[in-house]
Amino acid sequence: MSARPAPAGRDDGPDRLYTVTGGRSRPPENVFDLVTLIVAEGGPAPGMQSELARILRICSAPTAVVEIAAELRMPVSVVKILLGDLLEAGRITARHPRFSPARRPGAARLPDLDTLKQVLDGLQQL
Amino acid sequence: MDSSSSDTALRPGRAPLRGTADNGMKIVVVGGFAVGKTTLVGSVSEIRPLNTEETMTRAGVGVDDPSAVPDKRSTTVAFDFGRITLSDENVLYLFGAPGQERFWFLWDRLFSGALGAVVLVDTRRLEESWYTIDRLEHHGTPFIVARNNFGEPTHGLDEVRSALDLPDDVPLVDCDARDRESAKQVLIALVRHLHTRVEASQRAGAAEEETTP
Ligand SMILES: Nc1nc2c(ncn2[C@@H]2O[C@H](COP(=O)(O)OP(=O)(O)O)[C@@H](O)[C@H]2O)c(=O)[nH]1
Ligand SMILES: [Mg+2]
Repeated sequence: MSARPAPAGRDDGPDRLYTVTGGRSRPPENVFDLVTLIVAEGGPAPGMQSELARILRICSAPTAVVEIAAELRMPVSVVKILLGDLLEAGRITARHPRFSPARRPGAARLPDLDTLKQVLDGLQQL
Repeated sequence: MDSSSSDTALRPGRAPLRGTADNGMKIVVVGGFAVGKTTLVGSVSEIRPLNTEETMTRAGVGVDDPSAVPDKRSTTVAFDFGRITLSDENVLYLFGAPGQERFWFLWDRLFSGALGAVVLVDTRRLEESWYTIDRLEHHGTPFIVARNNFGEPTHGLDEVRSALDLPDDVPLVDCDARDRESAKQVLIALVRHLHTRVEASQRAGAAEEETTP
């Protein structure tokens, strides 16, 4: 008796994850931050790889890269590879963090006062 | 494989962000094992803390390579996170990260772009925080220290400050990680500290302009 193959996930071995990424092991560099918000530009296409289809469904509302990884139960770097494909195909848009020194070398290490004021106001309302 | 019906089933209570959300921000809560990181994140988060992992390959001496697929040369680090919607646009993510030395090569990558960090300490094991504090100072990440009170505190905060060799301008606060209001006050203390730092650096910048012809 053979078991139904489980979706790829955290507990999968390297072989399964290589299959998911089509053999690639490096995520695109400096494209996605952990908190880049991903928005699907439409639903999944018929016959689309199941992991990509799931990402599009999850991202019907803006969803951070790290939340997608948690939901798919896959390492963040694997998810970034898949997101790179979807971005290139125009199936998602990425809303990048405004304070992101990593993406802009030499940028200020401290957020601006206006941003901090917004964070403080938000926290005080909790 | 049919997963169309399982996306929501996998994570009961999945709460989507507003469609207008467009700016993710990060604060890191870092500290030793069982110091209360997940508890603190969970106290203020609007979602149950979620867990994920990142894999890193040591490609060679001094070269860290983020690798998607784990192999013999790679280290996998699990971390958890929570989320706070601050406004229609802004969403704050709180990351709980282990502070042990062997994980630090990952944090430089994972958490660059964080607004700042909270070092959570347990006074029974203060020496576990020395490395974390050194590392944050070296990295230039602004931080505060929060002492999580397990029971009645046996040391005054001034004793904690000197044991940690903490500069006077780094805030040190008490908290109960299980208490939402207390956890919220820790985050507010960090943001106020950031505010002070930014103002100080702007004054320094202005002073420099005055003296340079
Ligand atoms: N008494 C007490 N227990 C706490 C407090 N904060 C956390 N704990 C408990 O300490 C344990 C470790 O906390 P956890 O948040 O998982 O630590 P982490 O490893 O840093 O994420 C859990 O059983 C918590 O319930 C606290 O302020 N007081
Ligand atoms: Mg934890």
